[in-house]
Amino acid sequence: MDGVRQASRSEEEVKVAELDARGIHYKELNEKIRSLIESGYEEIVLNGVNGQRYIGDGLVHNVRIVINGVPGNDLGAFMDGPRIVVNDNAQDGVGNTMNSGVIVVRGHAGDVIGYGMRSGKIFIRDDVGYRTGIHMKSYREQVPVIVVGGRAGDFLGEYMAGGIIVVLGLSSDSKDLVGHYTGTGMHGGVIYLAEEIDESKLGSEVRIFQADKTDIERLNALLAEFSDLTGLDVSKVDPRSFVKLLPVSHRPYGNMYVY
Amino acid sequence: MPDRFLPSEFIVNVDHQRCRRCKRCILNCGFGVFDFQNMTTADSSKCVACHRCVVFCPEEAITITRNPLAFREHASWDVGLRKAIWKQAQSPGMILTGMGNDKPWLNIFDHLLIDACQVTNPSIDPLREPMELRTYLGRKPARLEIEYDSQGKPVLRGAVENNIMINVPIIFSGMSYGSISLNAQRAIAIAAERLGTLMNTGEGGLHEELYPYANHIIVQCASGRFGVHSKYLNAGVAVEIKIGQGAKPGIGGHLPGEKIGREVSGTRMIPQGTDALSPAPHHDIYSIEDLRQLIYALKEATGYKPVSVKIATVHNVAAIASGIARAGADMIYLDGFRGGTGASPAIVRDHVGIPIEIAIAVVDEQLRSEGIRNMVSIIAAGGIRSSADVVKAIALGADAVAIGTAALVAMGCRLCQKCYTGNCSWGIATQRPELTSRLDPDWGAERLVNLVNSWSLEVKEVLGALGINAIESLRGNRDRLRSLGLDPATNEVLGVRPAGM
Repeated sequence: MDGVRQASRSEEEVKVAELDARGIHYKELNEKIRSLIESGYEEIVLNGVNGQRYIGDGLVHNVRIVINGVPGNDLGAFMDGPRIVVNDNAQDGVGNTMNSGVIVVRGHAGDVIGYGMRSGKIFIRDDVGYRTGIHMKSYREQVPVIVVGGRAGDFLGEYMAGGIIVVLGLSSDSKDLVGHYTGTGMHGGVIYLAEEIDESKLGSEVRIFQADKTDIERLNALLAEFSDLTGLDVSKVDPRSFVKLLPVSHRPYGNMYVY
Repeated sequence: MPDRFLPSEFIVNVDHQRCRRCKRCILNCGFGVFDFQNMTTADSSKCVACHRCVVFCPEEAITITRNPLAFREHASWDVGLRKAIWKQAQSPGMILTGMGNDKPWLNIFDHLLIDACQVTNPSIDPLREPMELRTYLGRKPARLEIEYDSQGKPVLRGAVENNIMINVPIIFSGMSYGSISLNAQRAIAIAAERLGTLMNTGEGGLHEELYPYANHIIVQCASGRFGVHSKYLNAGVAVEIKIGQGAKPGIGGHLPGEKIGREVSGTRMIPQGTDALSPAPHHDIYSIEDLRQLIYALKEATGYKPVSVKIATVHNVAAIASGIARAGADMIYLDGFRGGTGASPAIVRDHVGIPIEIAIAVVDEQLRSEGIRNMVSIIAAGGIRSSADVVKAIALGADAVAIGTAALVAMGCRLCQKCYTGNCSWGIATQRPELTSRLDPDWGAERLVNLVNSWSLEVKEVLGALGINAIESLRGNRDRLRSLGLDPATNEVLGVRPAGM
């Protein structure tokens, strides 16, 4: 195939393909990725990615995709299984409605990260924009996770119905950890924040609690995984000082109607 | 204050001379009207006039009448308005309702008359001539370019987008598993397959048992993304992005936790007993560009299956439809303000949106004037009650229509408008197993097939009278309609001349 360099990492016996994505339209790029997966490649390295949308969209395979460059919107949308690593920033819609898999962004990410995601993990090393984790939901053993190394914008976890969001606030500037309307309409799941925040930042459907022993164990495990995948040093982060946001009700809008 | 502050809507009368005390009425009523203490008793305050008891009483011993209680007439203070105030004064909240708009707004379909041939341009006899109802849904090329190969055979240049073939220009509208029972969905799926048409999952996911019918199913992706995953998106023949619904334009949906039992929970992929909240907007769509992004995300995820975008018909529907066509949609599903629902605040159901007749006409006109009508198929829904409505909707500019309420009525629905209670005695809008089990999917499917086949015969008969032998030739053919009793401004908007002109 054009622009594909084949290699294999013999020590792990992983079939690796390298693809030069420069100047290729997303449709063609995604077709190439699919055809490489069908030919049995287990790892695909995309070089020179510059804004191509929908990488990994709808893929259900057990494949690893390494992206060098900035992928476009809806990275890993509707994805169900793959592991994606971005060695740069990512744009909007990372992990939109994803069902399982892992997305690691070694940089910043834009708005609407993990909208409606049902399972899998998203690790963003730096900051995220608005509406992160909106309407995340869990189902049986499926519990989605988003860990943000930096700060999050407004509407974090809005309408959240399940899953786990962690915000570490390790960015260098001194802005607030989260934006306004955090957890508005939240009716399931949990948001962990590395520091206490002002209640004026919260939606009226959530309350602040201290992290307990179970939370700390869970956070330690997630922090180790996050640090391992993003390369960010989390040694100074102490889960014992974390707070968590929980919904006041699983049915926040149950009393709005008369029959 | 007594509980009976609100007078009963209906009075249930059991003729004890006829009653043989078989208790079928007690078993059949989903609303708990009947009881038995030495003889059958009825609590009229619970009756919704769904007729289940009447139909199943072997002795015809039950009659239901409107409560004759007199109210002092007042032209401004309709009795319904007074009752609404009593309800809300008793417990605070929005008044919830089901089905479609029941207010006596002008019904434009009932003011449109269809043309017929006389003497010149002779009519066609559908008994003798083939009448084509087959319809293709999806994007059509702006022009066809044909090349000739070395043998001189014509070859089509360029790719033509995926289209879906349906045998009749009538599909079933999106009604989710949750809002209706699985047996009701099964009946619709079986009917869609037999008729060679489509059903739509609504926003409730696709139950495993319906996957065998996937070639006749449009899967929906709505703001709550319930049950949306790769296998689901790839199962159907098309994906529909639900932006809005005719019965509740601009608002989200709340399926109450009581209705999220084990099966519904599994199909929606959410925990049992929690409310299923569909946000008002899709939070990844705040602009036409964002809509385009989701359309193409879905196309990428499904190998470029056609994508439909469903909107409620609101004031600026024509401009919105133009944006949707340009955003890359293959179909636009217009849901008029008479469209049905499992639950909607009455204020929204009854007062928000515009009629489907007007929406079809202005959208068709707008897309034609921009030269992009070929880019999308228009599916009209929300108030299609008969084959006459089908003909008129298509003549106004739709490619096909979708029916929801009409399909439920075929399966026994009496339009009691209590879908949101989950007590449907007909086993349709309920998840209570003792109620859903009474709806036999094969019985329901047969009735749906009969209905659509009957309408098809009628549509063919009218096409013949019009001297047209394909439904395609009727699309947007407003010259074959005349209005009666509509004002000049409405005539102009519809692009229809008054009768006599």
